[in-house]
Amino acid sequence: MKLFKDNQISQDTWTEIGDDPLPAVGDLLVSYSRLSAEHATLTQLPVRLGVIFDNAERAEVLKDHLQSLSLIVLAFPSFGDGRAYSLARQLRDLGYTGELRARGDVLPDQLQFMMQVGFDTFEVSDRFTEQDWRRAAEQISLSYQPITGNKQDIWQARHAYAEALREQPHAG
Amino acid sequence: MYRYDEFDQQFVDQRVTQFREQADRRLRGDLTEDEFKPLRLMNGLYLQLHAYMLRVAIPYGTLSSRQLDRLAEISEKYDRNYGHFTTRQNIQYNWIKLEETADLLADLADVEMHAIQTSGNCIRNVTTDHWAGAAADELADPRPVAELIRQWSSLHPEFSFLPRKFKIAVTGAPADRAAVKVHDIGLRMHLSESGERGWEVIAGGGQGRTPMIGVTVREFLPEKELLPYLEAIMRVYNLHGRRDNKYKARIKILVHEIGADTFRDEVEAEYARGSEIDIAVSQRELDRIAAYFAPPQFEELPNWSPRNEEHKATNKEFAKWVRSNVAPHKQDGYAIVNISLKPEGGIPGDATADQMRTVADLGRRFSFDEIRVSHHQNLVLPHVRQEDLFDVWQILSAADLATANVGLASDIIACPGLDYCALATARSIPVAQSLSRRLADVERQQDIGPLRINISGCINACGHHHVGHIGILGLDKKGEEFYQITLGGSSSEDASIGKILGPGFAGEDVPDAIETIINTYVGLRQPDETFLSTLKRIGAQPFKEALYETV
Repeated sequence: MKLFKDNQISQDTWTEIGDDPLPAVGDLLVSYSRLSAEHATLTQLPVRLGVIFDNAERAEVLKDHLQSLSLIVLAFPSFGDGRAYSLARQLRDLGYTGELRARGDVLPDQLQFMMQVGFDTFEVSDRFTEQDWRRAAEQISLSYQPITGNKQDIWQARHAYAEALREQPHAG
Repeated sequence: MYRYDEFDQQFVDQRVTQFREQADRRLRGDLTEDEFKPLRLMNGLYLQLHAYMLRVAIPYGTLSSRQLDRLAEISEKYDRNYGHFTTRQNIQYNWIKLEETADLLADLADVEMHAIQTSGNCIRNVTTDHWAGAAADELADPRPVAELIRQWSSLHPEFSFLPRKFKIAVTGAPADRAAVKVHDIGLRMHLSESGERGWEVIAGGGQGRTPMIGVTVREFLPEKELLPYLEAIMRVYNLHGRRDNKYKARIKILVHEIGADTFRDEVEAEYARGSEIDIAVSQRELDRIAAYFAPPQFEELPNWSPRNEEHKATNKEFAKWVRSNVAPHKQDGYAIVNISLKPEGGIPGDATADQMRTVADLGRRFSFDEIRVSHHQNLVLPHVRQEDLFDVWQILSAADLATANVGLASDIIACPGLDYCALATARSIPVAQSLSRRLADVERQQDIGPLRINISGCINACGHHHVGHIGILGLDKKGEEFYQITLGGSSSEDASIGKILGPGFAGEDVPDAIETIINTYVGLRQPDETFLSTLKRIGAQPFKEALYETV
């Protein structure tokens, strides 16, 4: 599967294990049920660990796993199913700082929203070009809601200007 | 009134550019209709029975004269010289061409307006009391908070793909003119003993196929906690609301299925969890917004105008209009003028370009440049000097805008119905028209007293029939339209859902049936009893007897 990551298209390096025996090397992606059942074994392996998390689960159940995870994959079964937006927010709020990946019906028109709630990688098909994705990532530069990364939201930007004036003792 | 700053303006301009590019892709055939649909819906563009329909947001129903002039101009430039004001304080244009939509949106952006989120499964245009900032009974103007919610909910990254649409209503008065108990979230202002403002948070109300009265989730939420708390409710709904059946996907079904207590616990747990992102209302931002809603420069006037009294005494028509359409203002010497868009035999909520310009001009000359849209599909001049009422009435009369029926039997709410709507099962407009002809006598209407008749052309209930004192629902039975009648609904602080009276009626029999119901009430009421209180006292039985024996 191709990924849109760091503003370019790259190949995915992770191996999805399913129910197969565990390899001892590589970046291993397992289901949440396997993660919870084989947590002890999995965390002993000298590998990076990722989980495919179901939208019907509660984010809290991952709380104790977050330190050992390098990737969490959330799915958009259709672009109109927005549960993963809230799960992404909750996982970031729980302190997860690793890779957060969107898969499923991921379209350029929704890329901004996904980035804003904390997704940083996206599984993409050949239907859209790298150029399409880059353009989508820049499309709406302004937002009323806080944005991940270093951009300011409108409410911050609006008052940053006034604040700068206030800090100068004789301004205005 | 709120004015866009550079950020608001740039935000809306970017949206127009984005839509122009999307529409071009569709017109070139690079996007299929299926792919284009969610994109156009995010900008309020529906494909209806005969043409595209564009729904333009009028945030919390407040317009400047310049904006209303522009809405008139748009109706001439892109439509057929009229617009339709809706129950959600918006305006709809019914005959729009896709090729011209981006230009139309640019014309809107030019006067600080947009059509963002007037459709789709997102947070819709926030609505409020159409008398906000003017009503005599108001605690405080709710519009600063409504504007804050407008900004917060605009293209919210987390809440743009909810299980279903989401409507928030806000009121700052004890008399509920914003129907907060039948919204997905309703907010009602209260003052603490020390005078601090807080909000009662009501969730899970709604109309549609499964009407429900909302439940109070918090009795008194301090104002600064409002946005984080709304996010907690939205997150619980986004994660747990049903997505398997669109008819069971509204938040009211979630609240109903898991129960009010469990829902409240979920929301409080989510709220207590907190977030690394601080979105609490900054006092600075709220103050900045509130400054735009400072009361206009009212003159010091006595609360009695000899000129007005004299005209009332000598002109019967004017006196009738004042009695029905003028409401008390919080400022002495001023009044609230309600402009009926329900002329005898007219289409509820429709206004021609010329009528819009007349009202815009009146707003400019007599109402501090402000006009409101009510969720009863009427317009309001919120701040008129009592001294000027007669002049305003004369100008309205000349424009066929002085029907003296606001709040009375022929002030009927109706959805577009089968004349326009792809979902409708029956026509609403012709029923409203024939009823308004039958009930036209204003003196009789004033004798009947306040009465709300609401008509929907299908079970989706856009005509709010569930909360009409008398509700009329148009259905289809083997290719024939027929109309079910409900009694006892209300969207006010005593909110309730009307109950079906009995078998339905053919369209041509509806006026007789409504007439019978009204006559039954008038015959059985006690002095000073409203329709609803009579119904409460005597029950539906006398109405059933009258109706099914005589019709």
